[in-house]
Amino acid sequence: MSTLFAAEEAKRLLDAMIKGDMPDARGRFGPFGGRYVPETLVPAFDRLEAGVKEHLHAPGFQAEFQRELREWVGRPTALTFAPQLSKNWGAEVWIKREDLAHTGAHKINNAIGQALLAKRLGAKRVIAETGAGQHGVASAAACARVGLPCSVYMGAVDMARQAPNVDRMRRLGAEVVAVETGDKTLRAAIDEAMREWVTDPDGIYYLLGSAVGAHPYPYLVRELQAVIGREARQQMLDQAGGLPDVAFACVGGGSNAIGLFYPLLADDIELIGVEAGGIGDGLGENAATLATGTPGVLQGAYTIILQDDDGQVQETQSISAGLDYSGVGPEHALLQATGRVKYISARDSDALDALEELCASEGILTALETAHAYAAAREYAKKNPRKRILIGNSGRGDKDMPTLTQFPARTRRHESA
Amino acid sequence: MKAHERLSAAISAANDKGRPALVPFITAGYPEPKDFIATLKDVASVGDVVEIGIPFSDPMADGMTIQRSSFIALQKGVSLKWIFEQLDTAQRDIDVPLVMMSYLNPLLAFGYEALAERALASGVCGFIVPDLPFEESDELRAALEAHGLGLIQLVTPATPNARLKILCDASRGFVYAVTITGITGGGAGLPADLADYLARVASLSKIPVCAGFGIRAAADVKAVGQHAAGAIVGSALVEVLERGEDPKSFLKSLLGDAS
Repeated sequence: MSTLFAAEEAKRLLDAMIKGDMPDARGRFGPFGGRYVPETLVPAFDRLEAGVKEHLHAPGFQAEFQRELREWVGRPTALTFAPQLSKNWGAEVWIKREDLAHTGAHKINNAIGQALLAKRLGAKRVIAETGAGQHGVASAAACARVGLPCSVYMGAVDMARQAPNVDRMRRLGAEVVAVETGDKTLRAAIDEAMREWVTDPDGIYYLLGSAVGAHPYPYLVRELQAVIGREARQQMLDQAGGLPDVAFACVGGGSNAIGLFYPLLADDIELIGVEAGGIGDGLGENAATLATGTPGVLQGAYTIILQDDDGQVQETQSISAGLDYSGVGPEHALLQATGRVKYISARDSDALDALEELCASEGILTALETAHAYAAAREYAKKNPRKRILIGNSGRGDKDMPTLTQFPARTRRHESA
Repeated sequence: MKAHERLSAAISAANDKGRPALVPFITAGYPEPKDFIATLKDVASVGDVVEIGIPFSDPMADGMTIQRSSFIALQKGVSLKWIFEQLDTAQRDIDVPLVMMSYLNPLLAFGYEALAERALASGVCGFIVPDLPFEESDELRAALEAHGLGLIQLVTPATPNARLKILCDASRGFVYAVTITGITGGGAGLPADLADYLARVASLSKIPVCAGFGIRAAADVKAVGQHAAGAIVGSALVEVLERGEDPKSFLKSLLGDAS
């Protein structure tokens, strides 16, 4: 999809976003978003929306949330200068280190925020979905922290390829429910969590892990993740002496990307979201939703999705389970349509190369998801020399060791020199 | 008569015979696409209105039985376009009004205007869209109503009274009263406070109310029939088809105690 709006309309929508007027009262980001949920869940969504309105920006909730971010999550996370990457790329590279947050990824910001909200809303138990397991682990940890029982829905295929995270969730006290329906990955896990929620909309709090789904989730998740961009912006000013020329983040559902980008929208910074290019350009060979998808309704929101001509949602392919999703958050759909953020994709093989380079250059094992952002940044640096680049390092790569062992490390340039 | 009025009329005609209307649901093209029309005719020979399920890749309001039937139908190439083509061949032989049950995205992909025209031409009188709440439904409703087709609203035991009134007023053809808080195909049976709930819906609705979810046996049809104009039978019928049994005799058995 290319830019959808005429320049004037794009500017009006972007200004509204920057002013904080998006989503609107109907949960819309321009044409995208909304709330497409079964009637049984409408009262539950009404309650959630009212709860978000009442608590999210109230001083009491914010004090508790900020304390947990500081003392339990370990925020602020570091901003790291990358001297060797900078040299390799002919750029000035800075890394926002969400891998240093508790449980190893940005997912924890959202999980603890929503767990605190669930507690305030009087939920009896929490359910969550997970793909790679990072949101599942974060939810399990956050629920243990606030004292709520937690059930995590996870596709059977993902359980097999992310076995260590399954064990982590169970040790953190969560029940892990194997999802044997649909494609047995993240999308099926979300469908199944919704089905469970329908059985007890009063007692269950659904802790959704990305900036996707029906209103108010895309808004709620953005607000809880925006701490990434706010911190990074200030740290760039303090440590680098100025804002970056360009910022990169990987995009699956898009929670870390919206968290990094949202506080930077008003600045003169080029913003680039990087989706999973998988193994090729064909339908089903990648998860490059914004690059190749079309508008449709999936799992509660009108957004850009990967679908066939009959409106059937297509399966995706990516080396990273966390990007392996057929939809994308509705706010990203608008950011693309207004032209404010550019969305591109990186292939599996490029992500692996970038991951290896980062390990060797800076001693950071990044997540396979995050590696896509590095791959795109490296390409960008080739064409745009001497830029100041900020990369959102959304998570650490320890969880990917079972996948990485299939790709033996190559001889490193500086070792052989 | 507008298309959606055919639905209300068919349900009332059954009630005039002293029984609740029977609304069977089948997943289009399940278990075999080649048998779709034959199955539809069988089901229509007993049912008063027939609900045709459009398979979708993400049936989030459905339980295992309908999910499974939906995936198998998709694998075998069933699409909305194909279903319309099939209906064209059979229309003259089916005299009960038809309703389509579809998640929103296949309808969006088809285009609302084309959908309404095509549906009317194929004998379809209304649509049930489980992931389209009233607040998001203006556009589809307008396109359907321009052709006399009805958008059938679902209500649930969790729906507050004020909202119930709005949904009943907006609904066309009939009101779909979901009997349980859950997904289709649950095994827990009908809830104890069913009578109050159905009576509440019926008192607010100017059109017939049909109850669905959890209706599996003649006793269930009889129970909902005391408070609702019709009974919708989905998962239990799809299970019959799954086992390769005769849908006609199953549906007749459901009416046994009530007629």
